[in-house]
Amino acid sequence: MTVVWADKSHNQVLKDIKEMHENEVPLLEMKHISKDFFGNKVLTDINFSLNKGEILGLVGENGAGKSTLMKILFGMDEIHQTGGYGGDIIINGEKVQFSSPIDALAKGIGMVHQEFSLLPDFTATENILLNREPLKYTVFSELFGERLNILDREKMDQIAERAIGRLKVPLDKDMMVSQMPVGHKQFTEIARELSKEATDVVEGIKLLVLDEPTAVLSEQEADSLLKAMRLLSESGISIIFISHRLQEIIDVCNTIMVMRDGQIIKTVPSQGVVIADIARWMVGRDVGSSKREARGFDYENTPVLLSLQNLWVDMPGEVVRDVSLDVHKGEILGIGGMAGQGKLGIPNGAMGLFPAGGKVIFEGKEIALNNPRHFLDAGMAFVSEDRRGVGLLLDESLEWNISFTAMQIQEKYLKRYLGGLLKWRDQAAIEEETESYVKQLEIRCTSTKQKAKELSGGNQQKVCLAKAFAVGPKLLFVSEPTRGIDIGAKSLVLKALRKYNEENGTTIVMISSELEELRAICDRVAIISDGKVFGILPATTDSAEFGLLMIGQKSQVLEGGSV
Amino acid sequence: MTLHMTKTQKLLRIMGNNMVPILFLVICAFGIPLSGYSANFLASEIVIRISRNSFLIVSLLIPILAGMGLNFGMTLGAMAGQIGLILISDWGIVGIPGIILAMIISTPISVLLGWWCGKILNMARGREMVTSYIIGFFMNGIYQLVVLYGMGAVIPVRSNALLLPRGYGIRNTVNLIGIRRALDDLLLIRLFGIPIPLATLLVITVLCLFILWFKKTKLGQDMRAVGQDMEVARAAGIKVEHTRIISIVISTVFAGYGMILYLQNIGTLNTYNSHMQIGMFSVAALLVGGASVSKANIRNVFLGVILFHLMFIISPMAGKNLIGQAQLGEYFRVFVSYGVITISLVLYEVRKKRDQHYVGLQLAADQEALQ
Amino acid sequence: MNLQQLTSSAKGLVKSFGLPRIIIGLFLLSLFITAPFVGVNIGTSLSDTFNRFGMNAVMVLAMVPMIHSGCGLNFGLPLGIIAGLLGATISLQVNIPGPTSFLLAILFATPFAVILGWGYGQLLNRVKGGEMMIATYVGFSSVAFMCIMWLLLPFSNPTMVWGYSGTGLRTTISTEGYYRHVLNDFLSIQLTDHLTIPTGMLLFFALLACIIWAFLHTKTGTAMTAVGSNSVFARASGINVDKIRTLSVIMSTWLGAIGILVYQQSFGFIQLYMGPFYMALPAVSAILIGGASVNKASILNVVIGTFLFQGIVTMTPSVMNSMIHTDMSEVIRIVVSNGMILYALTRKAEVTR
Repeated sequence: MTVVWADKSHNQVLKDIKEMHENEVPLLEMKHISKDFFGNKVLTDINFSLNKGEILGLVGENGAGKSTLMKILFGMDEIHQTGGYGGDIIINGEKVQFSSPIDALAKGIGMVHQEFSLLPDFTATENILLNREPLKYTVFSELFGERLNILDREKMDQIAERAIGRLKVPLDKDMMVSQMPVGHKQFTEIARELSKEATDVVEGIKLLVLDEPTAVLSEQEADSLLKAMRLLSESGISIIFISHRLQEIIDVCNTIMVMRDGQIIKTVPSQGVVIADIARWMVGRDVGSSKREARGFDYENTPVLLSLQNLWVDMPGEVVRDVSLDVHKGEILGIGGMAGQGKLGIPNGAMGLFPAGGKVIFEGKEIALNNPRHFLDAGMAFVSEDRRGVGLLLDESLEWNISFTAMQIQEKYLKRYLGGLLKWRDQAAIEEETESYVKQLEIRCTSTKQKAKELSGGNQQKVCLAKAFAVGPKLLFVSEPTRGIDIGAKSLVLKALRKYNEENGTTIVMISSELEELRAICDRVAIISDGKVFGILPATTDSAEFGLLMIGQKSQVLEGGSV
Repeated sequence: MTLHMTKTQKLLRIMGNNMVPILFLVICAFGIPLSGYSANFLASEIVIRISRNSFLIVSLLIPILAGMGLNFGMTLGAMAGQIGLILISDWGIVGIPGIILAMIISTPISVLLGWWCGKILNMARGREMVTSYIIGFFMNGIYQLVVLYGMGAVIPVRSNALLLPRGYGIRNTVNLIGIRRALDDLLLIRLFGIPIPLATLLVITVLCLFILWFKKTKLGQDMRAVGQDMEVARAAGIKVEHTRIISIVISTVFAGYGMILYLQNIGTLNTYNSHMQIGMFSVAALLVGGASVSKANIRNVFLGVILFHLMFIISPMAGKNLIGQAQLGEYFRVFVSYGVITISLVLYEVRKKRDQHYVGLQLAADQEALQ
Repeated sequence: MNLQQLTSSAKGLVKSFGLPRIIIGLFLLSLFITAPFVGVNIGTSLSDTFNRFGMNAVMVLAMVPMIHSGCGLNFGLPLGIIAGLLGATISLQVNIPGPTSFLLAILFATPFAVILGWGYGQLLNRVKGGEMMIATYVGFSSVAFMCIMWLLLPFSNPTMVWGYSGTGLRTTISTEGYYRHVLNDFLSIQLTDHLTIPTGMLLFFALLACIIWAFLHTKTGTAMTAVGSNSVFARASGINVDKIRTLSVIMSTWLGAIGILVYQQSFGFIQLYMGPFYMALPAVSAILIGGASVNKASILNVVIGTFLFQGIVTMTPSVMNSMIHTDMSEVIRIVVSNGMILYALTRKAEVTR
């Protein structure tokens, strides 16, 4: 990162702003904010304030509560539908409660999302002014309402130009979004927020929330974005900046706020902070004191079961570029990393659900890619992170869900007639097997005939596991096994995996965003960054080391060798 | 960062995108000499077809703009127009006033039907076309109920020329002698011996100008936005459902007017059949003009009318001269009409997939560039 | 309290059975109750209903495989019918009279059904998500194409071709002397003067229904249901989704072909040219009335749906005619059948992904 700021002048400006507003109330204050989803606490007692023109860096692992906090700020439907929130939001000293993002916009708060919400066949100008176009009067509007007024193209261009001008970026206002490079799309989004100028009903933009705006940008583009952010802050707009690129945070923010497990761990001025500190605050629950004793897996004397060589996978949002990895027989290997870095692409690509290339060698034989059948036939199984989309037949019974794959791949639970010509579903065998998994995994259901969609998330996850166990795999990929399920179910699922590994000797590769979870049950943990294996460490390693790896920093310990 | 294509690839893509019009040009190029028709005859026929059909086809444009695909529900408007015509025939209002009154009567009916149709299509998101197609059938039942059982019994219709001998219900064919060619003959000039109904063409021009103007309005812009991505449009505060309903209402009202213009040219109303055919022929003509399920403009309308109806005019004679059976040519043109719609629908779906794939390639290329 | 329980259980019943189905069922029941009072013979009515049930049930059954594999409602049924018509005409051309001609028709229709179904399946695999609209127009264009073929194909059996020109098939061809009523008359039971049960035809349907039922209980059948329920799940379980879908389309097309043959043997005529044009709609609405949805269907849906639909089609003309001396049955048929399809299309997809 080569961002060099004219620090003095900027800090001077900021100081001036601060002095100017010293006696005034901050722009935004959040007091004692708390939120739970059906008893599952996700935010506890969040307190912070944000001054005019201040840039606040918000960092934390996935699931730390950043996005929930922002959803509360914007009054998203999701929050209201799940019982609202606790605490107060105060803007300019006035307590507010937004019922929808539109309300928030009216108060001058804008957000730029991770996914672009742009229309591909509209120009930058048209997107910037979407549904806020200035209009020219026509007679027809008297009759049919103002939607029959004509768009005032000239004025639209002016406003768009002005908004782009504030960013000082080379964005062509007449370019179609579908032809833009990603960076320009990002600028268009920001320009849209900036173009929201004060009118009688709406206040001009005062606070901008940028949710990982640099994740998809090239370094150059990211640089110009950061510059633009500085410009905005100088002009008095406050910014909440969410990013996983910690160097950017340190470079551009005035204050850094670290969240973990729904709490604010640290709020510090950015001066003098180093990346390692932030990393430690982000991940370290009890830094250095791992709860679990190492199993002491003997890598020297166990053969390699699965070997991935130069694997690439084209999975949208989780692109794998070049992964080489050996999995030893009988171990539990964890794969971690930040969202979007490609960890989820590894099992999805190996199985053939997304276009992939490279080599997958299992038990010394190469497995042809891009066809799940080969993967399954070789004796591997995969529990997908997308339970509802990939993992389950929501409209069918537990029996079907658990037995289907084993029936199709290994011809289990079938009765043969006419010399094997007729393969009849063996209802009794299916019921028996399902029954046994329901007991073994403590799946809570009314009967084995219950439909999968009627179960809770945790129990659905257990069904997915049972489906994989039923195949009796030699190697099991488990992707995000605890995503979206409650704490009780979480530990049950993890225990079941561990037990399955110990009792059957099944090799397990577990992919998870939660580092602590990986450290708790794995032998080794590989961290994926930018579609590549960034490092592999024994699970007992200090979590700060992992934290550094996850944000793309090699630590000294790692330099020169691997495990 | 973009994917580069060679010139031949580009040419192939352009050819592929315009496959249907090119195919029709070829059919017509072979068919015209076979049919033995004179250029003058063909030209005057084409002028008639343009003045007769283009209004109806233009009515399909606005739902396409709003991303709702081909509005097979335009038959609803056609029914409304026919009801208007039946009533003015009963009241004995003739000429231009008759046509205008029929339009006025059809408007509230079209608005109501269009509103209802739009509501239902909002409930069947993602399968608007097949739903609008079934709505046409469903409404045909209601139309029959009204016209065959209601008129003369509940709705006052007195003329014996209209009513069935049993005293209620409208006859199978209604002679529209009062308004026959009323608009066409208003300003009829002859150019090289070809009669040109200027007044009708003027009305059509006004409609086309309206469409062009409409695209520049706020409502038109909103429809374009909704057509591209409903969720983005919704997030920007556009009333998506409402906008979609309005697009169907406009289409239905225009279809009603179009049907009245169509029937004033023909001069007789096939009470229970006219509207059923019209949707299919209009859709086919628009597609022949090079439109797709998601993109259509006025150029497609006129190119479509000319090519499609040229094929329609020549095929019976061409069939007769080629194999000795006029019947064959007639079946051929029916086959071609349906075939064109089928091919266009298939190409649309296949292209949608290919474009998604293309987006993926682009993504990969972008990522390469990032590295 | 009891009332509350009663209403809640009634609500549950309504929900599980579906409101439109209950309305249609009650309507049919009321028709049967009114019939004797307006002088309509119940025996004839029942006999007609059974007969039409048998005639149409196989074509309704042809919806099942495609719905199961997630290809949606088979608006392309005319394609299957065309395979059946080809089988029928070739069988008549071979000119072997009696029941054998029926077997021959099935035999000849089968390869056409398989080939057409395979091509149709390949097409539908390329347009996933837009199947229904395309199926409709595939049906229409194939009917129009066959119109040309019926004129040109070199058939020569004098019972089939136009008398005056000696070429080109007639629009309707009698199956008299060939397979007219071969199933109807097989083991048929004459209960009263007016009430005859076409046992053979019902048995034939039962046989086909059993085969489909059994198929859905095999390994491949299970895979088919899974593909329709969640195709990504099926793919992740190693299923070749496109292959299964193609198989389902072939099965549907074949059943359509057999369906039209059964229809012809009872009706007594082969209808060519535009005959098959609108045959998909009654079959589609029948299975929907029976309780199927766009992605779920069972044999029971076929039986209930065909009975209700054909019951209404049979009963309304006679009862209405006797009651108000007006034949409004056509209108009622149009409104009920298309209304039912609309109802199904506007249901939110049951799977919440």
